[in-house]
Amino acid sequence: MRKSLLALTAGLLLAGSLGAASAADKLKVGFVYVGPIGDLGWTYQHDLGRQALVKELGDKIETTYLENVPEGPDAERSIEQLVRAGNKLIFTTSFGYMDSTLKVAKKYPNVHFEHATGYKRNPNMSTYSAKWYQGRYIQGLIAAKMSKSGVLGYIGSFPIPEVVSGINATMLAAQTINPNIKVKIIWANTWFDPGKEADAAKALIDQGADIIMQHTDSPAAMQIASERGKLAFGQDSEMIKFGPKTQLTSILDTWGPYYIERVKAELAGTWKSENTWGGLDSHMFAMAPYTNMPDDVKKMAEDAQAAITAGKLHPFKCPIVGQDGKPVECKGGDHLDDGQILGMNFYVKGIDDKLPGK
Amino acid sequence: MELVEAIILAVLAASTPLLIAATGELVTERSGVLNLGVEGMMIVGAACGFAGAWLTGSVFIGALFGVVAGALMSLVFALMALGLAVNQVATGLALTILGVGLSGLIGAGFVGERITPAMHLYIPVLTDIPLIGRVLFGEDGFVYFSVALIAGVWWFLYRTRAGLILRACGDNHVSAHALGYPVLRIRTFAVMFGGACAGLAGAYLPLAYTPFFIPGMTAGRGWIALALVVFSSWRPGRLVVGAYLFGAVTILQLHAQGWGVGIPSQFMSALPYLATVIVLVLLSRARSGGSTAPAALGTVFVPDR
Repeated sequence: MRKSLLALTAGLLLAGSLGAASAADKLKVGFVYVGPIGDLGWTYQHDLGRQALVKELGDKIETTYLENVPEGPDAERSIEQLVRAGNKLIFTTSFGYMDSTLKVAKKYPNVHFEHATGYKRNPNMSTYSAKWYQGRYIQGLIAAKMSKSGVLGYIGSFPIPEVVSGINATMLAAQTINPNIKVKIIWANTWFDPGKEADAAKALIDQGADIIMQHTDSPAAMQIASERGKLAFGQDSEMIKFGPKTQLTSILDTWGPYYIERVKAELAGTWKSENTWGGLDSHMFAMAPYTNMPDDVKKMAEDAQAAITAGKLHPFKCPIVGQDGKPVECKGGDHLDDGQILGMNFYVKGIDDKLPGK
Repeated sequence: MELVEAIILAVLAASTPLLIAATGELVTERSGVLNLGVEGMMIVGAACGFAGAWLTGSVFIGALFGVVAGALMSLVFALMALGLAVNQVATGLALTILGVGLSGLIGAGFVGERITPAMHLYIPVLTDIPLIGRVLFGEDGFVYFSVALIAGVWWFLYRTRAGLILRACGDNHVSAHALGYPVLRIRTFAVMFGGACAGLAGAYLPLAYTPFFIPGMTAGRGWIALALVVFSSWRPGRLVVGAYLFGAVTILQLHAQGWGVGIPSQFMSALPYLATVIVLVLLSRARSGGSTAPAALGTVFVPDR
């Protein structure tokens, strides 16, 4: 009896491994998402990238994604789950997955990892991100031109360098148009909570802001601005549907080309651990059409976009003065260097607020 | 003055879903059943509520869809936890997981669609009174209903015989059973009332609060409603205090950030939880003291035949 059971088990195991072998012909690529794919924002755009990948290389690869994976210890388990399921290239698409991804990467040296928006790497772990501050600079120019009250409302998610550099780029641009421009900043301390984002937008408008900018993921703020007859910028994706007469533009994440490039490298065996930080010139993101503004403002925005793309205009051009009135050290020649922007933890002069934790 | 009015309006909007969901759960728990699936029932209510309103063009029918969806979800819970006497905590958690998945499935086709949100009351002259006009006479139907609901539940629990029987089931199901009351049937109704309320609270989000549907849009409000029930020590009056206090601190901390008060935003975000817990704990200490939880809460009851 025991023998036949053993034989049966062995048979099942064999069948199982055979099944795995046939599936292994295709490269398995995994994605870890922080929100639902229908969030119309951050995760939605990553999934559009994944879909572009499938469209391009669908006959050679198989993709799996896990949505709504909380940042923190839970993420580690989810990433490991993807490794165990046989994924050889895994994209973890939120800053908060950084340490979890690194931990799993060290444990499985034969699997390749790609972490979005982080700064920790390993021989089998790359990082990738986009220079969204370039887009924020363009938004700052538009905002200063379009604001009647001279007060911008900014909804932040978490006070991390990416968000802080976005606020600074916005203000540096706005100050070139209106030196006395003010910004009111509310931290939602969440990436995604439509109700709270709407409440933050209401609070900003009630306090006199007439342009709403957001670094959170849902279209709730856009909708409130639309309801109150104010103007707003979308985030991550096209949100004009929620404010046809409200959206000025939106920074659109376009991950597809990058995902295709990296998977091609993996298939060719040339994948290397890299740090990719692309801007408007490398199409890591795009600007949605400039709408709901007069032609001269639109032209200004387009000119700025062209100048940034051509490398003629740098949002963090020196001299840059910090909140304390002292100039910031200029490590990149005539502008701040990438390290200073990626680790930005100060506000520029003209922001009457205290950076949380400073 | 206008700012004060705007803040009060925002507080009422933020508190209403919590109040409705917590009211339902309070009745469920008072009958002795702990249903941890509020978040799941809410999110299904949100998806179905939006679907209903989108398909029919009527917010009212959308709200009914939400109510029915929440009640059906709770019926699944009742079948498992009451009918089959499965552990209530595990069943409730499973219900939340089921709800999150199910709502994504139902709502998938509606992501990115728009509806006309719930109308706000407008009575000439009255609604135009400064400061209190819009607060008292300019709300949407959900806000008025939530107040009527909690008042009705208070009256039911403390002023009717049926309410007394329901509380008896929650405190000592064996005695209630011995007196001839159909404990399981009463509890099933209580669970379904809780589910209907959770569904309505969920539907409020896409129908009035932020008029679009996105998976996961309840963002943990079901859990807050559950906590409010515990911290209100299962009393409707304190529940009202807790729900509005939570909403008020949530909105005020956002405004405080806009004013640049200089307190770390992480602390401000935690403040609603902290303030609500402290105030409700102080309230329940000031009175009688001791545990006020329904004595049979969460315990399985299998009637002997």
